Amino acid sequence: MPSKIMLTILGAGIGTWLIRVVPFLLVKAARLPKWVLQFLSFVPVAILTAIFVEGMLVYRPGQWPTVNPQNLIAAVPTVVAAIISKSLLVTVVVSVVSMAAVRALGWG
Amino acid sequence: MDDALDFKAGLRDVLPTVFGYIGVGLAFGVVAHTSHIPTLMVGLMSLIVYGGSSQFIIASMFLAGAPVSAIVASAVLVNARMALMSMTVAPYLKQESLAQNIGIGSLLTDETFALSMNKLNLTGHRLKPAWFHAANITAYLVWALATVVGALLGGMIPDAKTFGLDFAVVGMFIGLLYLQMISDRSRPLLRHLLIAGFVAVEMVVLERFMPGNTAILLATVVGCVFGMVVERDAK
Repeated sequence: MPSKIMLTILGAGIGTWLIRVVPFLLVKAARLPKWVLQFLSFVPVAILTAIFVEGMLVYRPGQWPTVNPQNLIAAVPTVVAAIISKSLLVTVVVSVVSMAAVRALGWG
Repeated sequence: MDDALDFKAGLRDVLPTVFGYIGVGLAFGVVAHTSHIPTLMVGLMSLIVYGGSSQFIIASMFLAGAPVSAIVASAVLVNARMALMSMTVAPYLKQESLAQNIGIGSLLTDETFALSMNKLNLTGHRLKPAWFHAANITAYLVWALATVVGALLGGMIPDAKTFGLDFAVVGMFIGLLYLQMISDRSRPLLRHLLIAGFVAVEMVVLERFMPGNTAILLATVVGCVFGMVVERDAK
């Protein structure tokens, strides 16, 4: 009898695998209409923005979300670093240092 | 990042994202440890489920004693946005074999997806399996290792957040988003910014009614439709 956690892992594993792989099979089997390709061309900027903004907010069930002050403060030098350096590595390093500084200073 | 699409280039390109995987992976390991999930199971979860938000959901619902079916449904749902990413990448790999497609799809993550979108802008809109496998497999192994190390250290680190490593993942998305906006020349920067601004407002409004992960999915779909409308009117 597999443990509860093992069953959970297997179930979630199969589910997330299907979500990742089935779109590849669909695209391979069928020719996507032009409007679908146009729709998909907006996915990168849209989804990256959504993931970024989600990190700046704190979800409160039934109420308006609030801002995560530490994340918002640390994001400012990170955005500046991205614009100046145009380098992913520099941006990531600045983000970590900024957050460490924000916490060390007790801001937010 | 340049236009090279070999295995080595993949290793080089994925390097900056490794910090994010290490930071969040360690944090997850610590959380899983405190949720009474054995270290072996933490490793297996990272290898089999392989999704940051899904794994955090599993750990918290497991601790709360939720039934398996509810945990599985939630874990799959928070990862639903992967379908959009897979669908976006897949057309560039259509001419590759079925096995290559399944291999790349199985290990696709938010990060390697975003990397591949950045890469497209430098390679004349081409992607190669060797490059993708290098990025995917590195991410996969680093993630699994980081979560196991986090679980082992679990009891020793009182607060994994002290060093700011957990913020690396946000920093990475900021970098990837900015690079995507300036390097995707198929539309003007101002239009990228307009769509990003629209999605940002959407997120605030949607999170009034639903948790962040669901909001991400819905905001992206509506944001893409908004983009289509703007582009049609611009012509």
